[in-house]
Amino acid sequence: MVNDPLLQVKSVGIQFGGLKAVSNFNLEINEGELIGLIGPNGAGKTTSFNLLTGVYAPTEGEILFAGQRINGLPPFKVTRKGISRTFQNIRLFNELSVLDNVKVAYHSQSKNTVASSILRLPSHFSEEQRMEQKALEFLKIFELEKYKDEEARNLPYGKQRRLEIARALAAGPRLLLLDEPAAGMNPQETKELMDLIAFVRKEFSLSILLIEHDMNLVMGICERIYVLDHGVLLAQGSPEEIRNNPKVIEAYLGEEVPHEHS
Amino acid sequence: MKKSKQFWPFIGSALLVYIVIQFLISVGILNDYHTNTLVFMAINIILAVSLHLVIGITGQFSLGHAGFLAVGAYISAIVTMKLELPFIVAILLAGVVATLAGLIVGIPSLRLRGDYLAIATLGFAEIIRITFLNIDYVGGAAGMQVSHLTNWTYAFICLFVTIVVIVNFTNSRHGRACIAIRENEIAADAMGINTTYYKVMAFAIGAFFAGVAGALYAHNFYIIQPQNFGFLRSVEILIFVVLGGLGSLSGAVVATILLTLVSTFLQNYPETRMIIYSLVLIIVMLYRPKGLMGTMEITDYFKLWRGAKGGKQHGK
Repeated sequence: MVNDPLLQVKSVGIQFGGLKAVSNFNLEINEGELIGLIGPNGAGKTTSFNLLTGVYAPTEGEILFAGQRINGLPPFKVTRKGISRTFQNIRLFNELSVLDNVKVAYHSQSKNTVASSILRLPSHFSEEQRMEQKALEFLKIFELEKYKDEEARNLPYGKQRRLEIARALAAGPRLLLLDEPAAGMNPQETKELMDLIAFVRKEFSLSILLIEHDMNLVMGICERIYVLDHGVLLAQGSPEEIRNNPKVIEAYLGEEVPHEHS
Repeated sequence: MKKSKQFWPFIGSALLVYIVIQFLISVGILNDYHTNTLVFMAINIILAVSLHLVIGITGQFSLGHAGFLAVGAYISAIVTMKLELPFIVAILLAGVVATLAGLIVGIPSLRLRGDYLAIATLGFAEIIRITFLNIDYVGGAAGMQVSHLTNWTYAFICLFVTIVVIVNFTNSRHGRACIAIRENEIAADAMGINTTYYKVMAFAIGAFFAGVAGALYAHNFYIIQPQNFGFLRSVEILIFVVLGGLGSLSGAVVATILLTLVSTFLQNYPETRMIIYSLVLIIVMLYRPKGLMGTMEITDYFKLWRGAKGGKQHGK
């Protein structure tokens, strides 16, 4: 079983009314890989993320995660299986503190009952304390510790992105999906983000799938890249292969491709 | 941890309030009229705080709270008047049956969001009211006679339990899950929170205490009629919560005390009563658009005050 990919997407498709948003989508991610998913706007990238995380149920095909079929499961169950995500437009719990944002992600790993919380039984306190400690450790890793009591909405944009990644990791995933993590970031912030992604991948021994428009970032850190266009897979391969693929250049990259690595 | 530090002062001050008022009642400084107002206030606070859990914490806009109040009132009245069981049994049964009603209403309707949920819950509350209106066993439109059993002690104990349960629920991982749903349901779902479970849970707990309030209400007024539990009653409870500040429990309590006092005081001026009451609402909303307390709690003000005096927030 060692050679089985962590995630297998087998000819998955979804149709909204008459519109085929994604069709015959195939994707494999092995343990520890960092994969990029690119494509022009409206190509179906975020839709395929929503299919993977259970927001939409595919109308055709099959999704296997660690050998188990996960299509049709609601999002919270998919998360508990070990896939967590960030969002293209940041979705933090704005009025909760930075610390509580991370604590919420630990929710499904705690077992104390509603009754134990209402009656303030010892299990309530021990679980709360455990959550608090773990969340603080996370904030330390992400250098957000000094903002822990701040409301999430008051963080600067780059820090909000960081917090969203921290929160997704706190849910304990084996596969992390990042939806345009560098959107709206300046080059310096993008650079820091790339380091961060490389770091968490090693630190948490994760597989990562990321959607991104920033070609420097994608070409710089991804091992393999999938290209979507109009809901179908256009190409897949190493960054070098993608960069030189004429179909990709025509559909998406344009003639000038930046060659410098960061 | 930090919440348990606030626990004993809270119990202490609650006990103090109870003893002082009980003393004033027994020496006769507070007469029946005053006592009645206090009991009515306690009932309103229970209603406001239970709705606060649904709207303020979980963010589910329910307009059907009077329906659960009605269930509690009628069930408790049946228990004491027809089955002749003790009042305490009636209070508990009222809560339990209201919870069941909450589950029946909540499970289908909590799939809806925002305005749609409000309309669905409103519809359910009307169904509950019309049902009682057409059951002869409970007197139909003429209503049902109920003996006066509610007193300050019962009202206070119920109020105390309500606040403790809802505060403890809110300040736990379960309450955080509910707030996460309010803040961003899609993200909450993506973080592994069973959103339907927590929405129904908050709704059921809210319904339980509305039922308890119903039992106290029924046994405070000698007679209950279906018309006491109409749409306007739901709106009245909603006003307490919104005026106090959505998401603030202490805000809901303060707003309820204020509005109950205003309303009681204005009973001497029946012609202008609703005009002045409405004016108060408009003025508060103009000057405090996020409600009296916003999302702050009274304890947050203490913290700010201590912080301003140089108290430290850190350290374990």
